[in-house]
Amino acid sequence: MTNTNPLRDPQDRRLPRIAGPCGMVLFGVTGDLSRKKVMPAIYDLANRGLLPPGFSLVGFARRDWADQDFAQIVHDAVKEHARTPFREEVWNQLSEGFRFVSGDFDDDDAFDQLRRTVEELDQKRGTGGNMAFYLAIPPAFFGNVVGQLKEHGLADPGADQWRRVVVEKPFGHDLESARELNATLAGVFPSGSVFRIDHYLGKETVQNILAMRFANNMFEPIWNSNYVDHVQITMAEDIGIGGRAGYYDGIGAARDVIQNHLLQLMALVAMEEPIAFDAESLRLEKQKVLASAQLPARLDLTTARGQYVAGWAGGEKVGGFLEEEGIEKSSTTETFAAITVNVETRRWAGVPFYLRTGKRLGRRVTEVAVVFKRAPHLPFTQTATEDLTQNALVIRVQPDEGMTMRFGAKVPGTAMEIRDVNMDFAYGGSFTEASAEAYERLILDVLLGDPPLFPRHEEVELSWKILDPVIEHWSKKGKPDSYDSGTWGPESADKMLARDGRTWRRP
Amino acid sequence: MIELTDTNSSSIAAEFVRSRTRAGSPAMGMVMTLVIVAPEEDAAEAMAAAKRASREHPSRVLGVILGDARGAAQVNAQVGSGDGWGGETALIRLKGEVVKHAESVVLPLLLPDSPVAIWWPTSAPRDPAADPLGALAQRRITDSAAVPRGKSTAMLTQCETYAPGNTDLSWTRLTPWRALLAAALDQHPLKVTGAKVTAERISPSADLLAAWLCDRLKIEVTRGSSEGPGITEVTLDTKEGPIRIARADGRLATFTSPNRPDRPVALKRREVPALLAEELRRLDEDDVYAEVAQRLVKLRGSK
Repeated sequence: MTNTNPLRDPQDRRLPRIAGPCGMVLFGVTGDLSRKKVMPAIYDLANRGLLPPGFSLVGFARRDWADQDFAQIVHDAVKEHARTPFREEVWNQLSEGFRFVSGDFDDDDAFDQLRRTVEELDQKRGTGGNMAFYLAIPPAFFGNVVGQLKEHGLADPGADQWRRVVVEKPFGHDLESARELNATLAGVFPSGSVFRIDHYLGKETVQNILAMRFANNMFEPIWNSNYVDHVQITMAEDIGIGGRAGYYDGIGAARDVIQNHLLQLMALVAMEEPIAFDAESLRLEKQKVLASAQLPARLDLTTARGQYVAGWAGGEKVGGFLEEEGIEKSSTTETFAAITVNVETRRWAGVPFYLRTGKRLGRRVTEVAVVFKRAPHLPFTQTATEDLTQNALVIRVQPDEGMTMRFGAKVPGTAMEIRDVNMDFAYGGSFTEASAEAYERLILDVLLGDPPLFPRHEEVELSWKILDPVIEHWSKKGKPDSYDSGTWGPESADKMLARDGRTWRRP
Repeated sequence: MIELTDTNSSSIAAEFVRSRTRAGSPAMGMVMTLVIVAPEEDAAEAMAAAKRASREHPSRVLGVILGDARGAAQVNAQVGSGDGWGGETALIRLKGEVVKHAESVVLPLLLPDSPVAIWWPTSAPRDPAADPLGALAQRRITDSAAVPRGKSTAMLTQCETYAPGNTDLSWTRLTPWRALLAAALDQHPLKVTGAKVTAERISPSADLLAAWLCDRLKIEVTRGSSEGPGITEVTLDTKEGPIRIARADGRLATFTSPNRPDRPVALKRREVPALLAEELRRLDEDDVYAEVAQRLVKLRGSK
């Protein structure tokens, strides 16, 4: 915009960013993602006054519904899952902009109807021709849908308008399919209009990694191979695969979690300082880390995978992976995956990054633990420091977001006995109306066209390049090891670290 | 809550440590000290508001109740932590001579190194920065709309004595209005030729909003009266027609703009805890408020 708005002042940091006139078309309205995340987030944004007046939501699905039926689905989803209290007046205002278009993804009439609906909204609600298309559908349908959008003139914005497309993981299942997927999207939308949602990157704690690293002076000097021994990045879930058998079988833990969340976390922890906090500079630095990441030569010694078997988890008796509904008895899909990655830069040479994820583990936790080397010389006797391990700095991503520092301290009452202690920092705010949930932040960023928190296709492809050889290696090795539900993974994972003389943290 | 009668600052500080230890977690994660100065009758409500704000900003909250300044000095306190608080809290009642030296009680209880904010939920000193308690804080929050009498004068006085770090909840209440008006001009980059702010007859927020529009748009802003609640309508005149935001019920507004259909938009009046939480989010000087305060003083002076 060439005209500067006299009511905006860079000093005026109270003013929240409100998206300009726009609307959203949601494909796949009945899915879990739509109902549990997208719809509640839209309501929460409206409730906080961050959506533009006249914001409209169009649902598209193969159901014989009227607008009211769709509104009812959103209503139930919002009532059940929204973070902020339900206010009738906000709901009434929002629901006036709900439309529903019924049809298949290859139904030309339906897409014509969709275009008419979008045009009608421009007229009646003043959405200004700006539309975000949220593809909450399996990737197999992406090609169909974006093709239809293009064919029916929905993907081409007029002057001063925008059309954006939002997709969720999985971004393919290997390098080749990721490239295909990207080609499909890129054929219709320019790369700046494709927003890939990795909801981890919308979390406050993850953004705090950047603040912690680059706004402080006390961490940066030790943030390298001189002081850091290794880094453990863990994302553990205590639940099984639940009703996601159709999605999960054949995908597995590595593709589901390591390729996106864990490698993105690794990139944020390992990257050099970006020249500015904007999308392009961040992407450049993350890309450099991902490009310099290498797998060790012996994948059989440096990776581990497993499948949970029946057992007791958190006081409940649970079934094994192969007993889950919809899973073949002979499935070799892993539910636990651990890999070793070396970042071949001067800063990180010789510092392995251990990435692990799994289902039915001890508890639900995501954390990044930077484990430091032992002090080069200890002026204490060996018995005095028997309980002292390595210092660590742990970034707790969820739950209980915050940071933990682990260091040695003297045990009170002893002559000289040193033992590990923890120091915690937890920022409040996760319970307030003003601090947004990750999806809210990301959806608002899509509507504002603000891309720093979205991975670009270059990053996606580099991540697959790292992971593909591991998955290929595993596919030749038959069945994964088994581990009891409610434990911290298979024995092979412990052995994998033991070979390097290290152990996994119990998160 | 532990009651301490006829006590002093070091006993209160010791009780803070004891109550943390009792709760089983001697570590502190608090980010600031919030001092609340209120008369006895408003203290409970103010502390409840601070409790809700403390979830976003874990703080040590010191409620100071200034009693009758005559007679022998006495300091009584209720100290506690947990129970819905994001930090720890002490409600300190002063009476007798010590009322004139309240800062001597508060100073030893400030958290080391971290910021200090002070809040007068109702009546505030004429010059908060010169007040001995106010001088301890870098954020001084007043609320001209909450003083019992003479709200407009109170607002003007606060603007006259403005010092870096001062702020008024009447200004905080405007944020959603200002955001919406700024968004309106994002959508309609037109020159504004005139403006009108309609609100309750006495409304410090409306005065500030008019001053802000006058300051930013370099135009004269007229002020209309209505039954409220709060601000009910803002109109910006442009050559293509008016941009209008009207809110009759304090909850839902109608947004009218040239060549566009009318649209409803949520614009709910906010409660004090939300306002306080917004204030505590930024503790540096609010330059925009400084300019608006200056403008309001100028506008009043020229009348």
